[in-house]
Amino acid sequence: MSLAPTLTLDQVSVGDALPELAVDVTATTVVLGALATRDWRPMHHDHHFATVRNGTKDIFLNTPNQAAWFERYLTDWTGPHGRLGKVTFRMRDSIFPGDTMVFRGVVTEVSTDDTGCGWVAVDVTLAVVGEDGDDRTMTTGAATIAIPVGPDDNPWARTSPDDWKP
Amino acid sequence: MTENTTATPDLPAAVAATIGVEQYETDAGFDAEMGYVWTSLASVENGNPLFWDADVAAELTGGPIAPPSMLSVWFRPHHWQPGATDNLVPLQVHFDLKEAFGLPEAVMTDNTITFGVPVRPGDRIRSRQVLRSVSGPKTTKLGAGRFWVIDVEYLNQRDEVVGVETYTGFGYKRDES
Repeated sequence: MSLAPTLTLDQVSVGDALPELAVDVTATTVVLGALATRDWRPMHHDHHFATVRNGTKDIFLNTPNQAAWFERYLTDWTGPHGRLGKVTFRMRDSIFPGDTMVFRGVVTEVSTDDTGCGWVAVDVTLAVVGEDGDDRTMTTGAATIAIPVGPDDNPWARTSPDDWKP
Repeated sequence: MTENTTATPDLPAAVAATIGVEQYETDAGFDAEMGYVWTSLASVENGNPLFWDADVAAELTGGPIAPPSMLSVWFRPHHWQPGATDNLVPLQVHFDLKEAFGLPEAVMTDNTITFGVPVRPGDRIRSRQVLRSVSGPKTTKLGAGRFWVIDVEYLNQRDEVVGVETYTGFGYKRDES
């Protein structure tokens, strides 16, 4: 029995908001994320190095781990059929232990390319929200993710540059 | 030489000569493997069944794959290995620029990843780095320095492109005043 897609292209419209994801960041979040991405640079695990050498207020989330968070956020929404084509993001400021990070996304485009692959473009943000309601955008980005055009479609079945054009 | 490169007029000749040139083609030194996949998934609490359920992976991707966002994991060197005299660093071009400009600190500001064929357990990924551009002197709240853009292209053992990553870095000297 085949696995039904969680989301198909006809169910998505420009302006749709993805469900928010809120995560409390701890030192473990930062260190585990750095080590999981084989990033041994000390500003991601050594408080003294981060504060004294880098001049930041604490250790902070590394770049590849932010990419992993964005992937998780997007595929929570699409389900396992969702296949990332491209992700771009700009980090305005760093994410530190003690922060609550909130991921948000809005659909900006729904399209089908010349190979028949269905694409959704999403603007994504990563904000830090304080207990006082302060809501600061730390990272902005955009992603394109392929999702099935119908119940029998599977973007992962596209295996050559001729039918996979992210 | 490759396209989409920008040279800034005041660059030292040694730096300008590397713009657009493929450098540091490197084999990861280890195969992609599920242990790291699960550690990465755990770090972001990603429960996507594609990576946890063998039946789902078999149906959708013909077997297990790594999350696309793990691309750079497969090119980062060990922190230490026998015979190494110094800590090994990834993205060597970035560190070359820090040294060339005498900028002791650096952060990444932008990251773009374009994904190709999936990485599978057992794949051996190799990468190569291309410096695309270096800005003139800039001052930010972190200090005075320069921005640079570096592409990293990743290929598997079948020479298929598994992805291309573009980093914008800012190397700087802290303002001590």
